Amino acid sequence: MAALEDILQRHSVWRGAVFARPAETVATGYGTLDRELPGGGWPSGALTEILGGLKGIGELQVLMPALAALTTAGKRIVWLAPPHLPYAPALAAAGVDLANLAVVRAPGRRDALWAAEQVLRAGTCFALLAWFHRASYPELQRLATAAESGRAFVALFRPREAEREPSPACLRIALEPAAGDLALRILKRRGPPAGAPLRLPLKRPAHALGRAPFFALPSREPRAHRRLGVPVHP
Amino acid sequence: MQGSLRRFGGSHGLLEKLRAGLVATGFEAAHAVAPTARAALWLARSGCRVLEEVPVGAACSAETLEFLRSIGVRTLGELFALPREGLARRCGPALIDDLDRAMGSLPEGRLFFAPPARFAARLELPAPVSHAEGLLFAAHRLLVQLEGLLAARQAGVRSFRIFLENRCVEIGLASPTRDAERLSHLLRERLATIALERPVETIGLEAGDFVPLAERTAGMFGDALAEAEDWARLLERLEMRLGRGAVHGLAVYPDHRPEFAWRRVEPGEWEPREFRHPGPRPLWLLEMPRRLGEEEFQLLSGPERIEAGWWDGDDAKRDYFVARWCQGFSLAWIYRETGEWFLHGLFA
Repeated sequence: MAALEDILQRHSVWRGAVFARPAETVATGYGTLDRELPGGGWPSGALTEILGGLKGIGELQVLMPALAALTTAGKRIVWLAPPHLPYAPALAAAGVDLANLAVVRAPGRRDALWAAEQVLRAGTCFALLAWFHRASYPELQRLATAAESGRAFVALFRPREAEREPSPACLRIALEPAAGDLALRILKRRGPPAGAPLRLPLKRPAHALGRAPFFALPSREPRAHRRLGVPVHP
Repeated sequence: MQGSLRRFGGSHGLLEKLRAGLVATGFEAAHAVAPTARAALWLARSGCRVLEEVPVGAACSAETLEFLRSIGVRTLGELFALPREGLARRCGPALIDDLDRAMGSLPEGRLFFAPPARFAARLELPAPVSHAEGLLFAAHRLLVQLEGLLAARQAGVRSFRIFLENRCVEIGLASPTRDAERLSHLLRERLATIALERPVETIGLEAGDFVPLAERTAGMFGDALAEAEDWARLLERLEMRLGRGAVHGLAVYPDHRPEFAWRRVEPGEWEPREFRHPGPRPLWLLEMPRRLGEEEFQLLSGPERIEAGWWDGDDAKRDYFVARWCQGFSLAWIYRETGEWFLHGLFA
């Protein structure tokens, strides 16, 4: 036994069950997710890819606790090339301090990639959210290198098809809707491969009103619902 | 200068600095060192090492020169040998005074050099340039000149104009600076977005918006200041290439109509306004609400009646609902106005 310990200490042996060296992280705000991520949170100074083509399934809610924590601590975050307008009242309601949020609109894909690299190289922001449809491996590699020079948590939103492409991101997550909650599959992380997908209980407006989560597939008779009348907000 | 020689590293060090500065700005110069300013001027003009060897042409006016040549006086050494009173009578006391000033017996009052309050310079390019980036090298020379002027005035610029032939490009800065490197970076970003129709043969630089700018001393608050400066520079660089208004912040605005309940502001600018909405608000808002057919969604909760805007013509009379959007299990924020259904936001 002593000899085994000795070998493990002295030689660089990769141990499958242990995560790689804990890097600096930003807590996600979801306990089940924190436990599955190396370092206990979103990685700083490295790329994270969030794959999921659908919008409105909770893809931003996953990040909201971390973004709220960063901005209220006075740390700047940048949103680059968002697909729709980030709605200020909703962000404020989610706890984000708007004074530390900046939105960058880029006219084209290459401009967006250039802007991402500039923001990461400048090193003044603590989180960068960027939306890219297409990005080649060399382009992502450039962003990864730029990210390493700083301490920003970088979240790149990509379509589901990007799952098949190789990526230099150190963390890759796929999102799917699952009966009112969000199902999160960790495709790649530093360390051992992840097990079953996670279910994250997100704050959804229907829940907030005390209604039961919606299970069934969309029915063929939407008119019937409306004619019966729907409950009024409290 | 004697008292400050050590600060500049001796007369050799001072001359080196001068030479390097002149090379950077593209000037050619002759230089000389002497105990008095006037003697140094004459030595530099003529290129001699010793005052006595300087030809009289460097020191006198044309008519005095005629006279002196007619009596066979060629150099200053011979001039000094002539009797003073006779020379004063023949050529006027001005000549004698000049000679005395050169020798140091008469003090010479000089005005302090006051650097001008504007900068304007043009440069002829050795060959026509048709690539915007090729202009950067020539422009850098002009920027170094500008930096020198600003350093002399202890000032910085907030904007400057570059003239390419007849075309004027104005570049504004987020914060005043006199750093030629920073100006050069900004210029490079801007030049990358410009297409030249014709090759450019002259390039000009003008700057007039000077503001006082002290030397930056790294102190106790250096880090916070440096961080703020880095952010300002990043914004500058982004806007230079992506256009004005490409970077903005967000702020809430007290208006019941959802599309007016927010504003684009300068990044970092935000007034804390409390405005409680009676219902849930989505994180994504669509810029243009999208018409929906009635079979595309399923209502979950609502309605929230919003009736506002009749005072400025953009009146809205809508019932907002949270709905499941059938196309992908998304949670959507939709409204009904005059019988039609529209998608306005997504609960991300």
